[in-house]
Amino acid sequence: MSVTLASLRPGESGVVEGFVQEDELAQRLMQMGVVEGAEVEVLRYAPAGDPLEVRVLGYALSLRGSEAANVLIARRD
Amino acid sequence: MSAQPAVDEIPVVVTLGNPNTGKSTLFNCLTGLKQKVGNYPGVTVEQVSGSTEVGGRTVRLVDVPGTYSLAAASPDEMIAVDVLRGGIEGMPHPSAVVIVVDATNLRRNLFLASQVLEAGVPAVVALNMVDRLDQEGVRIDVEALAERLGVPVVPIAAAKGEGIDALKRALDEILRKPRAPHLVLTPALEDAVTELTRRLGELGVQASGIELRRALIDAGGYAEQRLTQRVGAALEPMLAELRQQVGGGRSLATLEARDRYSWIQAQLKGIEERGPAPRRAALDAADRVLNHPVLGTALFALVMAAVFQAVFAWATPLVDAIDYLTGALGEAVSSRMAPGLLSSFIAEGVIAGVGSVVVFLPQILILFTFIIILEDTGYMARAAFLMDRAMRGLGLSGQSFIPMLSSFACAVPGIMGTRVIANRHDRLATIMAAPFMTCSARLPVYSLLIAAFVPDTRFLGGFINLQGLVLFGLYMLGIVGGAFTAWVISRLFWSRAKARFLLEMPPYRMPNLRAVLTKLLSRAVVFLQRAGTIIFCVALVVWALASFPRDAAPDGAPVDAEHAAQRLSDSYLGRMSRSVTPLFEPLGWDWKVTAAVIASFPAREVVIAALGTIYAVDSAADDVEGTLTARIRAARHADGTPVYTLPMVIGLLIFYALCLQCVSTIAVMRRETGTWRWPALAWFYMTSLGYLGAYGAYHFGTRLLAS
Repeated sequence: MSVTLASLRPGESGVVEGFVQEDELAQRLMQMGVVEGAEVEVLRYAPAGDPLEVRVLGYALSLRGSEAANVLIARRD
Repeated sequence: MSAQPAVDEIPVVVTLGNPNTGKSTLFNCLTGLKQKVGNYPGVTVEQVSGSTEVGGRTVRLVDVPGTYSLAAASPDEMIAVDVLRGGIEGMPHPSAVVIVVDATNLRRNLFLASQVLEAGVPAVVALNMVDRLDQEGVRIDVEALAERLGVPVVPIAAAKGEGIDALKRALDEILRKPRAPHLVLTPALEDAVTELTRRLGELGVQASGIELRRALIDAGGYAEQRLTQRVGAALEPMLAELRQQVGGGRSLATLEARDRYSWIQAQLKGIEERGPAPRRAALDAADRVLNHPVLGTALFALVMAAVFQAVFAWATPLVDAIDYLTGALGEAVSSRMAPGLLSSFIAEGVIAGVGSVVVFLPQILILFTFIIILEDTGYMARAAFLMDRAMRGLGLSGQSFIPMLSSFACAVPGIMGTRVIANRHDRLATIMAAPFMTCSARLPVYSLLIAAFVPDTRFLGGFINLQGLVLFGLYMLGIVGGAFTAWVISRLFWSRAKARFLLEMPPYRMPNLRAVLTKLLSRAVVFLQRAGTIIFCVALVVWALASFPRDAAPDGAPVDAEHAAQRLSDSYLGRMSRSVTPLFEPLGWDWKVTAAVIASFPAREVVIAALGTIYAVDSAADDVEGTLTARIRAARHADGTPVYTLPMVIGLLIFYALCLQCVSTIAVMRRETGTWRWPALAWFYMTSLGYLGAYGAYHFGTRLLAS
């Protein structure tokens, strides 16, 4: 089932399927390893619920909710 | 591509890598403190260079700021490409490149590394942090990696100084027998680059392969924009056709990322093995506490309180000591030398000038000790993570929080601290907002004027008093002014729909004492060299303006207070003030106030000493400020009305809250932005705000009192 990265709860993970919009920000995410086929796990959200921290390629990356909502994920259950 | 340097030319070696790879630590290892800090021409990017001995010859080492990719959306990000193609003014084509990669995070680091290998410059890969591989549960077959990448790979641990000699040997070999790597990830793309080179050649335009590759891949990026400026409208259809040919309708940038990561995946098969990480569990537990909504936030508040306390309070005794020493030294000189021009020049010009530079060192060193430790431990990224939501309302990101907070002590270290901000626009907005924060130099001005003119009225059973309320209001005014400025700048100057906040959260690490001290020392040296010279020169100019023309007073005669006041009034400074007094009359100021304010433009706290001199306060009196308070209370306009009415004083306070009266801040802004444009804009903008604020308060207040 395809969802966005922003809808995953801490501890949940999935595989990147693509981007809603392939804008400059999406390019940056791709350069940092958030590419098609990469596994992404949500580690935690900041106290205000935004930004969030994910693990990709074995390192931790934080991004804003609006940016995460641009990433399409095939959820792994 | 690898143009050979002339025989007698010093070869240039560049260091390049992702952020958080220990690149600057390696750079410090190689060059020691023999570093030169400047700017890349035309951009606000700092260029650190130095020299080192490799195989018995001197090599010039140039650092390229950390980046994750060669893709460039702005001139700043184009630096890496321009360095690699030898397109930086005053810098020859690099003879070799040292690609610094974090061994514990090889996959992401190889993204940039493979882009650099495609550039065809002789390269050595410095595999840093190999000492942490065990605890991360990672095993790397270094020899096999070198074979697959086609360049030497040297395992090092820069923070411990390990592997540096081996790295130098590898570098020496590659400099003796240059061998350009020949890596082609996407043959179709290379064909397109060749075709584009040919077509542009027909138009008489020469461009390097690496530049054209970026122009093709990054649609709308800076490489394309710059090429369009050179080629004109003919470029667009060419790019469109070739992009279609390579990508078949898909974005080449997307394809690049996908292909590069699958290439990396394939290369690392059997070379990098990830097992269970002994330290991972402990680190995850630490992160659960440090990033916990309640515990983490409480801890963050505690850390910030400690930073603020340290910069604000711990530095004070040191600052006072430096003030005392410069004062004592100046007095010792004047008492030992015959009074006259030379003695005044040395005591009030040179010694006071040096003092006004050195006086910033305690705050800078203390703040930077904290910043470097917070960065090296990896906590800085967590702090930005926690504060991001709060700072976003101002158009900034969480990374702006610590520089803003430290600006309450002093904007100089605060502005220097903005280099933790990755986004250039956020950084500029923070630099412009920082001088509004109520710094420690504003406090003495506030307390003198408030104590003298704001009535000690108490409300709510003495719990709140008017004086405290005014002080609080001035702090708030600074915060609101800074927030407004950041907001306006991030909205008006670059209407980006969303400022990005893509931040790597580096693993927690124990800071290395040697690395911390080296970084600290290099920051101090940079401040003294670059900002220090400007501050010192301005101090000398102000001394000259206040000291000339010299009156006919016989040298050797004791100069009394009344005489000193007369001398100041007759000086160029006094004359200048009188000529601009009409400008400040609408604020309720007479020429004496104007002179004191103008004298304090280089450093706002000088206003107290200036008022002291102008109102001829007997400096021998024990309680100088008390005397000064009495004198300024008694000051009258020519028509007999008091100069310092409450509305005028409130206006004066607002003026001091909003004005950029600090040459050190201006010098540091110039240093950090690389141009005079930003400090000039800040000065005019803040002075105008201060003037309007003072005007409004004076007029509104006077009318209110009259009715």
